[in-house]
Parts: sequence; C-alpha cells; structure tokens
Amino acid sequence: MSDRLTVAKTYKLYVGGAFPRSESGRSYPVHDTKGTFLANAAQASRKDVREAVVAARKAVGGWSGATAYNRGQVLYRVAELLEGRREQFAAEIAASEGVNGKRAQSTVDAAIDRWVWYAGWTDKIATVLGAANPVAGPYFSFSVPEPTGVVGVLAPQTSSLLGLVSVLAPVIATGNTAVVVTSQDRPLPAITLSEVLATSDVPGGVVNLLTGRTAELAPWLASHADVNAVDLTGAPESLAADLERACAGTVKRVLRRRATEPDWTETPDISRLRAFVETKTVWHPKGR
Amino acid sequence: MSSPPTASTGLPPHLSDATRDETSLRRFLHGLPGVDQVGVEQRAAGLATRSIKKASKLWAIDTAISMVDLTTLEGADTDGKVRSLCAKARRPDPERPEVPPVAAVCVYPDLVPTAVEALRGTDINIASVSTAFPSGRSSLPVKIADTELAVAAGATEVDMVIDRGAFLSGRYGQVFDEIATIRRASGEAHLKVILETGELVTYDNVRRASWLAMLAGADFIKTSTGKVSPAATLPVTHVMLQAVRDWHTATGTVLGVKPAGGIRVTKDAIRYLVAVHEVAGPQWLTPDKFRFGASSLLNDLLMQRRAQLDGHYSGPDYVTVD
Repeated sequence: MSDRLTVAKTYKLYVGGAFPRSESGRSYPVHDTKGTFLANAAQASRKDVREAVVAARKAVGGWSGATAYNRGQVLYRVAELLEGRREQFAAEIAASEGVNGKRAQSTVDAAIDRWVWYAGWTDKIATVLGAANPVAGPYFSFSVPEPTGVVGVLAPQTSSLLGLVSVLAPVIATGNTAVVVTSQDRPLPAITLSEVLATSDVPGGVVNLLTGRTAELAPWLASHADVNAVDLTGAPESLAADLERACAGTVKRVLRRRATEPDWTETPDISRLRAFVETKTVWHPKGR
Repeated sequence: MSSPPTASTGLPPHLSDATRDETSLRRFLHGLPGVDQVGVEQRAAGLATRSIKKASKLWAIDTAISMVDLTTLEGADTDGKVRSLCAKARRPDPERPEVPPVAAVCVYPDLVPTAVEALRGTDINIASVSTAFPSGRSSLPVKIADTELAVAAGATEVDMVIDRGAFLSGRYGQVFDEIATIRRASGEAHLKVILETGELVTYDNVRRASWLAMLAGADFIKTSTGKVSPAATLPVTHVMLQAVRDWHTATGTVLGVKPAGGIRVTKDAIRYLVAVHEVAGPQWLTPDKFRFGASSLLNDLLMQRRAQLDGHYSGPDYVTVD
C-alpha cells in the first residue's frame, strides 16, 4: 500500500469561469524550492491573454453594476471557501515558498484575513473616496469612485498566496475585472485559488488567472488596447520600463513596480483600492 | 408550373428539361446525389484548422471587409441608424483610409431611399430584403409589390426568402415559380435567394434548394435570414459552394454564395474564405461572388486588422459602435 504513486497533476488556466488548456498546448513543470517536481502548470500564450481580456471585458458590466453590498457578500463567501481549503493552501505554500508548516499556516490565515478586509471595503470605499462637493450654485455635486474596467495584474513573484490576494482583492472589490498573470515559479496557490473562485459566487470572467512566463505575457497585456489599467507589481525588473511605455501607448492607468517586493504581512491601507477607480462627478439641480 | 423564365434559357438540355414541369423538376431534384453528412462535416472541420499567417491574414481580412454586406434588419431601424451604417460602409475605419469599403448595405425595403441617398457617388450596392422577409409567409402579389417597392426605390440587390413551407411539403414548382416571378420583378437588380437552411433540416434539402434557386434564376444563394438559429454554418456553406461549383461546370456561369448570420469574428470569416477557395475555387474569392451577411463581423475584422498592423491587440473602444 505504501508504494502508491501519487497522481501528477497537469493544471489548466482559469478563463471566463472555465478551465481551458493553453491555446498553445504548452505546459511547464513547477518545482518546490529544493527542485522536487510538484505539478505541471499550463504555459499561457499571448492568445490566452487575448481570450482572458475578452472574458474580463464581458464580465465588467455585470460585476461593476452589482451593488457594492452584493460584491461584499460574494467576496466574503470566497473567504469562507478559502477557509475550507486551508490545509491545501498551507501545503502548497510550504512546498513552493520553502517555509515550515507553521509559517505557511499563518500565511494562509493572513491571506484569508486580507480577503475579508477587502471584502468589507466594497460598500465603504465610496464614502471614503467620494464627496458631496460644496458648490456656489443651486446644485448638488457628488464625486463617486467608479471602477476603471479591465485590470491586468502581474502578481507578485515571491509571495504566492498572500501577495496574490493582496493585489487581486482590491481590484475586484471596487468592481473591476482582472486578468492575472500568476507568480511564474510558484503558481500552485493561485491555481487552487482559481478552483475556489470557480465554485464561489464570483461570476465567470471577473477573475481570470494565467500561469506561464511573466516576461512573455506581460507585454501583450500592457499593450492590449482593451485593458484599462495594469498593476506591474510582479513585473521583471528589466521589463518594467518597457511595460510602462507600452501602457502609455494606450493611456492605461499604471500601478508601478516597486524596487523590491512589498512586505505583504504589513496591514494594508486603501491605496490599492484607490489605484483602480475613476472619480465621476455628477451635478444635479437642487430643485426649489 | 409556368414556362421557364428567361434566365434559364440557354441551359444545357438536362437542366432545361428539369424545369419543364413540376414532375421533371421533382425528378431532377431528387436525383441529385445525397450529401454525405459525416463527410461534409469532417471536411469543413478539417479545413477550419488551417492556420493563416501574417501577409495572407492581412489579405484575408481586407478581402473579407470588401465582401461584407453590412446589415441592419431590426424592427427598431431608423433613418439615422441606416445613415450611420452607410457612413461606416463607405469608410469602415475612418483613421485608415486604405481600408476598402464594404460590398453592400442591406436594409428593409422602406429604408432603401435613405441608403440610396447616403451612398450616392459610391460603388457600394444597396441590398434590400423582400418577399415578406423573414418568414416569407404572404401572398405572391404582396411579395411582388414588396420587391417592386425596393427596386423602384433604388435597390441594386434583392434578398428574397423562399417559401420553406412549400419547399418542405414538396411543392417545388410553387417555389420555382415564386423565385422566377421575383426574378422578373427585380429587373436589373441582383437576386439573392435566401434558403433559410436552419429550417431545411437536412443537407440533402439544402442541396435541392440550392439547385432549385439556381434553376429559377438566382444570382446568389444565401444561407439564412439571420433570424433563425442555426444560421450560417460551415458545412451548409460547403454544400452550397459545391452546388455553385457544379453549376459552373454544367453551365459555365459563376453564381455567388452568401452565408449570413452567426459569423461574428475574423477567425470564422477566414475559415469561410478557406472553404471558398478549397471547395469552389479562387474565382469565387471576390465580392461579386461571395459575401458575408453580417453586422458585428465588420468591427471584429477592423480590430484584427489593427492588431496585425499595430502589433498589439485592439479593443472595441477604438471602432465605431453601430
């Protein structure tokens, strides 16, 4: 009995609520920090990026149109499902990040807490970022934050779950949809997250996860005219300037790459929520 | 059945015999070889896997643009909508004047005058649907009047529907006469006969209807109205392309094919072009002999064209939404 072979997994992408293979048919092996084989992950191509953007665009209407309260409930439900997969996440983090079990466990807990933290912000952010503007005339003037649209996210390369959650949750909490390129060498927690999202109430297409070579996919995401904003957090340093330039070509909102990967365990602020919203100001006559 | 229409004079004997009376017509149509359903579907699927790259793709996109019958057939159509459609037909991508204009604009008969006005001075054809489109359920005088209204208003192409009820009941003579009558009523205008393949059930019926339409004087055979699902499919278009090819072999005349409905993306359009080339032949690869009935396809073609030239993917924010 003890000679049983474990089933080696070959994972797929998560696009539009489904799990397609890469259009290119490629996959690549994922190893733990010691070089032991863990699983095969799909290696997305530029055409998968294109399909993911189409799926994300399709989902914008429904997701951004949902009430903030409803988005909060949906995201909170995701946190419940994450909780149910704690052991699996912990094992994957321990393997791919090379940390001990206890450390991995606390990282998973922090990631779930982070998700809940952002879920809570969905119906509060408008109050914090919005305003009733004092104007010299018989008008109401309101400023409200609105989602930017389709956001391309280059997930952090080191922190495979906590980092991913910290960049993804604020994007979708404000009503955007996301095309995420996961950590290149540590994609397994992201793949498990996609399995969580697929069984949650998050509509298909709101989150699309692509595994593969970041340097190969990022330029296509940055130059894609139907992507409204890009988070360059996980971009390779050598590419960061080129990617910003490509983003400028179609006037995208850009969250720049930091020189070093942020410490994700620190308590976040709302800067990431603020990064992917547009302020809409409405004037309305006061009446009599 | 009335006497053979003018269009079928000069046909080889076995074809002109077929139109002599209803019995010979039935004998001819039922004598056509059956369609190998599995074979045609497999061949269509096989050709669809062809990969078209770079220069060929750009050529295919431009060719497809020039083959589009830009269509609006909604109950909510207005003069304004037709005018903006015509503007798009003249210059599909205003930022890139080298993009060819589309082949035709396709509207309901009452909106033909608006289209004529908006397209004056261009080579773009004005197609009008007629004969109680899309169901075809009306009397012959009404259908004739419908056609005459369109032609009098300046339509250069008439898209008629066949009476599927009569066809499916086996009243081929009635369908033949109707097409021949509308052929005469259309005068100089090009006649496209819509078979509505989604309602014909079998490929054998599609083949029979294609031959029936060609015998009765059609210039084009068209798959669908776009109001019935399934609309155009690759296998059905294969069968129709085989029919026009065989017609060409028999008579020397080149008739056209127009798939319509359900073709929304460039990839599909290119698959159709591959089918045209492989099944019918290169001489069908012109807007005179092959058309796409579509509305949203044009935007996707323009976006793909930009993606090819700019080296990055384009988005719907960069084309006009109609």
